Amino acid sequence: MTATEAATSVAGRAYPPSVYEVGSEKIREYARAVGEVSPFYFDREAARAAGFRDVVAPPMFCVVYSTGALRPAIGDPELGIDLALMVHGGQEFAWSEPVCAGDAITTTARVAEVYEKRGMGFFVFESVSENQEGREVVRGTWTNIVRRAPAP
Amino acid sequence: MRPGESVPELRVTPDRYLPHRYAGASGDFNPIHIDAEFGRSVGLPGNILHGLYGMALVARASVGAAGGDPRALRRLSVQFRGMGVPEAEITVSGKVREGGEGHAVLELEADQGGTPIIRRGEAEVAGGS
Repeated sequence: MTATEAATSVAGRAYPPSVYEVGSEKIREYARAVGEVSPFYFDREAARAAGFRDVVAPPMFCVVYSTGALRPAIGDPELGIDLALMVHGGQEFAWSEPVCAGDAITTTARVAEVYEKRGMGFFVFESVSENQEGREVVRGTWTNIVRRAPAP
Repeated sequence: MRPGESVPELRVTPDRYLPHRYAGASGDFNPIHIDAEFGRSVGLPGNILHGLYGMALVARASVGAAGGDPRALRRLSVQFRGMGVPEAEITVSGKVREGGEGHAVLELEADQGGTPIIRRGEAEVAGGS
């Protein structure tokens, strides 16, 4: 059995959830770093006037609260991902409920798919994040490519 | 938004220390992004931009096209290609592929000096009709 066959057998495996508490200054720091200027991300009153509970996170802030759940998945010894050879090939997020300062977001990651193509290993993970009310906020599909196929 | 219409272009030049600020903001301190010497030691031109920073620019352009409300962005998928570097202009551009009443699918990409860094971006947005 090759390493990829072994990895295929773990498709569907889930990892322990990770919880992230969203703070307003973290939202502002992230928003500044990516060049956002909308007051919804900085000004509590403007955000509330637009119907948010507090300053709202830019959609891509999801990487801040969801990556903690991905770490044990990517580092799973049974998948055998060589981090030095891994590149981030693709990413998808589907958003539901907005995330605001004060939320506590729980993210669970699982192995969606493992396959080989053109001699490279493709490791696809799915993450689902929910807020403190159990409502889904984002669903992520993370495609990591390991440039050389895992050794047999 | 009607099919074929262009998405307003977003042009950004990340400064020399942007990757450090993005590392702090995102928690991704991979040395290829913050240590030029390390980057060169593994065959890169220096320290390179985070791919998810490029995706964040594509998200900004998508939300902008939909009128500026972050709730408008329902889904975004991208492929990472090439590599972005600090101190060079990035252009995010795109067009409306499907458009209807209060809903559109945008095709976007991010390019830096002729090199695509984000390819096959696809955004589903609501509103901004």
